[in-house]
Amino acid sequence: MGEGDEGYGEWQELVGAALLGTDRRRGGGPAGSPEALLDAAAVHTVRRRAGLRPAGARPRPEPAPPDPRPAPPEAAARRLAQLLAGRTGAGSGGGGGRRGSAPDLTELLPQWLAAAGRHGYRAPAALVPALLDAARARTDLRPQALALAGTRGLWLARMNPDWRFALRGGAGGGELPDVNDPSAVERLWEEGLFAERVALLGAVRAHEPAAAPRLLATTWASERAEDRLMFLDSLRAGLSLADESFLEAALGDRSRNVRATAAELLSALPQSALAGRMAERAVACVGPQGVTPPAECDGGMLRDGVVKRPPAGRGERAWWLGQLVEAAPLSCWRERFGGLGPAEIVALPVAAAEGWTEELHAAWCRAAVRQRDPEWSRALLGPASAPPAAGPGTASLAERAKLLETLPDGERAEWVAEFVRAHGLSEAFQLLGVCVVPWAGALGRAVVDALDIAREAGSYPWSFSGVMGLAERCLDPAEAGRLEALTATAEEPPDASPGAAAYWAEAFQRLVSTLRLRAAMLSELTPP
Amino acid sequence: MTEQGVRWTAEQVLALAPDDASRKAGGRLGGAGPWSQIGGSASGSVWGLCKGSGSNPYRTVVDLTGPAYKCSCPSRKFPCKHALGLLLLWSAEGVGEPGEAPDWAAQWLADRAAKAARPAGGAAAPVDEEGARRRAERRAARIGAGVTELEQRLADLLRGGLAGQEHTGYAAWEETAARMVDAQAPGLAGRVRELGTIPSCGPGWPARMLEEAALLHLLDRAWMGVAGLPDQLAATVRSRVGLPASGEGEAVRDRWLVLAQYDSVSPDGRLTTRRIWLRGVAGGRPALVLDFGPPGRPPGLALPVGLVLEAEMRFRPGSAGLRADLGERFAAAAPCTEVPAGVSTQAALEAYGAALRDDPWLESWPVVLGPVVPIPGELGWQLADAEGTSALPVSLTGAGSRSRGGLWQLAALSGGGPVTVFGECGHRGFTPLTAWQPGSSEPVALS
Repeated sequence: MGEGDEGYGEWQELVGAALLGTDRRRGGGPAGSPEALLDAAAVHTVRRRAGLRPAGARPRPEPAPPDPRPAPPEAAARRLAQLLAGRTGAGSGGGGGRRGSAPDLTELLPQWLAAAGRHGYRAPAALVPALLDAARARTDLRPQALALAGTRGLWLARMNPDWRFALRGGAGGGELPDVNDPSAVERLWEEGLFAERVALLGAVRAHEPAAAPRLLATTWASERAEDRLMFLDSLRAGLSLADESFLEAALGDRSRNVRATAAELLSALPQSALAGRMAERAVACVGPQGVTPPAECDGGMLRDGVVKRPPAGRGERAWWLGQLVEAAPLSCWRERFGGLGPAEIVALPVAAAEGWTEELHAAWCRAAVRQRDPEWSRALLGPASAPPAAGPGTASLAERAKLLETLPDGERAEWVAEFVRAHGLSEAFQLLGVCVVPWAGALGRAVVDALDIAREAGSYPWSFSGVMGLAERCLDPAEAGRLEALTATAEEPPDASPGAAAYWAEAFQRLVSTLRLRAAMLSELTPP
Repeated sequence: MTEQGVRWTAEQVLALAPDDASRKAGGRLGGAGPWSQIGGSASGSVWGLCKGSGSNPYRTVVDLTGPAYKCSCPSRKFPCKHALGLLLLWSAEGVGEPGEAPDWAAQWLADRAAKAARPAGGAAAPVDEEGARRRAERRAARIGAGVTELEQRLADLLRGGLAGQEHTGYAAWEETAARMVDAQAPGLAGRVRELGTIPSCGPGWPARMLEEAALLHLLDRAWMGVAGLPDQLAATVRSRVGLPASGEGEAVRDRWLVLAQYDSVSPDGRLTTRRIWLRGVAGGRPALVLDFGPPGRPPGLALPVGLVLEAEMRFRPGSAGLRADLGERFAAAAPCTEVPAGVSTQAALEAYGAALRDDPWLESWPVVLGPVVPIPGELGWQLADAEGTSALPVSLTGAGSRSRGGLWQLAALSGGGPVTVFGECGHRGFTPLTAWQPGSSEPVALS
C-alpha cells in the first residue's frame, strides 16, 4: 500500500523532529512545542490511513494445473479433516496413558487415504496443506498422501520449502506427456522434477518395458548417485529381462550402493546372466555331499555384488557362502539334489556336521523372499502348528513374516490363523502385520478367540495392546456385531488381575467402536 | 427441514471447541460407539447418553439455538468433549426423527426456555439516578486527572526525543499504564502498554511510535473536549478511553452470517477475548460481537463460521457502529448457502478510510474481498485483484493474524486462481480470516 507523495517529506521531518526531541531543535522546525508536534503527527497519521492506496501486485504464481479427479463426497471430506486434525493428538504411540474406549483416529488415516485412492478421488483443496504436513511427519503416508494431493500438492510444494520432500518421492501426480511423443518425453525427462521423472519412467516402462532402460541410459552418466539409486529402485516393481543389460552395465557403477542394488535386482531375475554365475558358484559349494564354503572372494564375485568384509563377529567364508546362496536362483537346487523338491531339500541333514545348516537355511529364506518363491517359502516356514523354534527355515518372526508375504493371500491368512490357534497371540504381531486387510474370516475369528482366551486367563489387556491395535485397524468391520457380546464387563475370574475385566470390556468397546467408525468411514467414501 | 434445522458441518462443530485437547477428545467421541438413546427435538435440541469410564453414562444435552450445553460429566471445559462428540455425531449422521426429550434433558431445556422468555434485564430495579450520576462524575474526574498526566508524559517523551527509547525499556511505560488503570481508564492503559512495546519491534519503530503517540494524544485531547463533540464521536471517545457503553444502541433485525470467530489472549494471559464477525445478509451491515473468558476458561459464546442467525443485533453507540450484542433470536441457526459478494482492494481501503471518519483510532475494517488471487512471497504475501494490477499486503501482525498455516490453506484453496476472502483490512494490510473457493458456498475458516 502507499499514499500520495505529497506530505511524505513532511512526515519524515516530523519523525526526525520526534527522534531528536523538541528541546534540541530550536526554531525553524515544523513544530516547536511537543504538543504542536503531536497535533501535526496525529493529523498526518489519520490522513495517511484514510488515504491508503493499494500496492502494485507482484507477479502471480502460475495457476496449478487442473486436477480432473472428483472431490470426495462431503461427509468423507469432513471425515478426512477430522482424521487430520487428530493427527497431532497425544495418546497414539507412547505406552503412557490408558487409551480409554475411544477409537484412535491417527491409525485410520492410512485406510482413508488408501480407500480414497482406490476410488480415484483428489484431496479437497483446503485440506492439502494439512495432508502435506501429515506426509512430512510420517513417511509411511507419503505415497498415498501425495497421490491424493495431486497437482495441487506439487504446486504448493514448489512454493513452500517445508514440503520440498513432495518434489522428490511420491507418485508425481503431474500431467505426463503422451509416451508416444518422443520429444515431449525427452523434454520432461531432461527438465522435469525428480518426482515427475520417476513417474515418466514408470509410464514409459508400462507402455514398453524395453524403452525404460533406453531412456535411463540417455542421462545416466550425469545423474547424481542418489538419483541413480532411486531410479534403480523404481525398477524393482515389474522387473523383467528387458532391464537385464542395463542392470548388468550398472554393476560397474561408480557408487557402491548402486552396484549392490543392481546386483540384487539381477539376482531376483533367475534367468539373468548374473543369476547363472551365482548358481554356478553356489552349486559348487553346496550339494548332497555337504557344504564347502568359498575359499576366497575373487574379482568376479566382487563385481557381482558380493561384499567382501563380513560384519563384526561373522566368519568371512560363511558370509560369502550366504551371499552366493542368497543370489542363486532357487531352481538350481532341484537338479543339484537329484530331483528333490524344496521341502525334501530343506529337511535333508546337509552339512549338519559342519554346522552350516543355519547359514544355508537363512540364505535360502532370503532367496525365497527375493525371488518371491511360494514353494520354497512354504517349505521353509513348515507347518504353522509346529513350535516356532523347531521350524525348518528360521525362528525369526521378521523373516517368517517376509516368507509369508510370498504366499497367496488366502493361504497366508490360513497359515497365520493356524499359528494363532496353536500358539496364541504373544508372537503373532509381526505375522498378522503382513496379512491382507480386512482380515479373512477365519483369521479374524482366530484372533478374537485368542483375545477372549487371554481375557479369561485374567491378564491385563495392555499385554496385548499391539494385537488389539492391529485388530482395530484390520478386522473386517462386519465382525463388530459379533464382538458386541464381549464389551459387557464379565465376571472376574477368581485368579484374575484386579480390575482386568473392566479394562477388557473397555478394550473391546474401543475395538467395536473403531470397527463401526471404519465401516462408517468406508461407506462415506462411495465410488464416484 | 425435518429435524433440528439444517445440520452443521463438522468444522462448524469443531470451531466450538474451547481448546485443541477438547477438539481431539470430541472427535474421538463423534462415532456411534459410546452413545445410546440419542435423539433430538423439532425445536432445535439434541441429547444422548455417552458411556464413559464410570458405571453411569454421562447425560449430554445441547440446545442448538444457543448453542448452549449441559452435561453431567465433571469437566469444566465448555462445551465438554461429550457435547462436541454428540454434535459431531449429529452433524455426520443426524439423530433420526424429532421426538420427546427424556426427563433429564427436558428439565434443563424447559428451564432455558423459561429464562429466555423472561424480559431481558430482569425486573426494573429502583434506580438510584442521583447516586449513579455522582459516581459517573467521580469517575470522569479521575479519568480527567489521568489524561492530564498522560499528556504530560507524552510531552516529556517528545521533548526528550524518541531516540534512546529502545534502551530505556518497557518498565517506565508499564508504570504509566498502571497509573491509567488507577485512573479507571483501561482503554488508555492498553494503548500505553502497546506504545511501550514498539521500540523493540524492529526497523521503522520511530515512525510507528510517533503514530501511536500522536493517536494517544488525539484521544487525550478528544476526552478533554468530549462535552463539545457530536454524540457518536463522543461515544467513540468514551469507549476508546475505556468507559462502558451507556445508553441503548440501535437494534437491527436481519439474517446474520457468521464470517469469522477467533480468540486472542491478553499479553498478561489473564483474559481471553473472542471476536466474532457477522454481517447482515439483507442489510450488509457488519457487526462485531465480543465475549470474554477468564484464564483457563474460554468465552462462552461460540458461533460457528458459515451459520446464519435470524436475530436482532443491538449496536452500541460509537466505535464506527461495529460493536454489537446479540439480542433475541428468531430461529435455529442454519448454514449459509451463498457466498457474500466481494469488493476490490481499492474499495476495501476506501471502506477503511471512510470508517476512520467515525473512529480515527480504528485499526481495521471488516471486508469481504474478492475475487482476489493470493500471491505467496518469502518477505510477505499479497492479495491481488483478479482483474487489474492492484494488491493488498497480507498483514501477519494484526489482532486476528494467523500463523502462516492459514495462509497456505488460502493458497491451496486458490490454486493460483481467484477466491473470495473475508478479513480485516487496516493500515497494516489485510488479515485473511475466512475464504470461499470458487464454486462452493461453504466457508473455510483459515486456521
